[in-house]
Amino acid sequence: MPLTNNLRDEILASVPNLRAFAISLSGNTDRADDLVQETLLRAIANIDSFQPGSNLPAWLFTILRNLFRSDYRKRRREVEDAEGTYAQRLKTQPAQGVHIEFEEFRAALDKLPQDQREALILVGASGFSYEDAAAICGCAVGTIKSRVNRARSKLSSLLYVENADDFGPDKTVRAVIGGSGG
Amino acid sequence: MHGENGEGKSERAMKDLKPQGMKTQPLGNSAPSRPTGLTTEIQARIGHQLRAMYDEVVRQGVPDRFAELIRKLDEPGAAGIPKAEGSE
Repeated sequence: MPLTNNLRDEILASVPNLRAFAISLSGNTDRADDLVQETLLRAIANIDSFQPGSNLPAWLFTILRNLFRSDYRKRRREVEDAEGTYAQRLKTQPAQGVHIEFEEFRAALDKLPQDQREALILVGASGFSYEDAAAICGCAVGTIKSRVNRARSKLSSLLYVENADDFGPDKTVRAVIGGSGG
Repeated sequence: MHGENGEGKSERAMKDLKPQGMKTQPLGNSAPSRPTGLTTEIQARIGHQLRAMYDEVVRQGVPDRFAELIRKLDEPGAAGIPKAEGSE
């Protein structure tokens, strides 16, 4: 279908979610924003292949995921000016305490196999159904379910099992409270 | 590893509803009193952290560069758009 104003607005409205997905996948803001940009360009270039009435976010997520998968490297010329300033802005965000906790969680998330990580994010954060997530990843629904379960188990063992009595916000606090050297 | 023996099965099954894949990992140190597998508490916590991380980015909205990009692409004669590959 042609790029109507409506469709363009919907694409734009998906950007925050696309960015969150891209950052969760890549762990890197610069790369994530490049991915989002490339996704938008591809989506608009191939808008004829979008079925009206189908799930636009799922379609966009599929494009982004495939780009990420194909180990996207090349940088578009248009990107160059923006990325420095943007990364800068992200780093100056407040809420440091929260960020420490994110760091730890982020690090654990990065240890997951890619299949599991993307499944967990799609279902657990982006809010897609198992069916949509399966379509995005090009696999069976059961496969998505088991990937999500394995991802949760793995995160659980990475983050919580050894500290099961202490859900403290960060390592330092845990060390102080727990003194669980043993 | 119990559970396969038939007698008293239903009673045990009611009491002992552990998820199947749950491992009981040996903990060398002072073992916590709660189960060490994927408890609902831990699941909830993982879900919460995942969404917190994700939503922090979502809340940043649409960076100007992307709004700008879409606006530019909308102009007549916008060229240089790459073709497919990732779009299926």
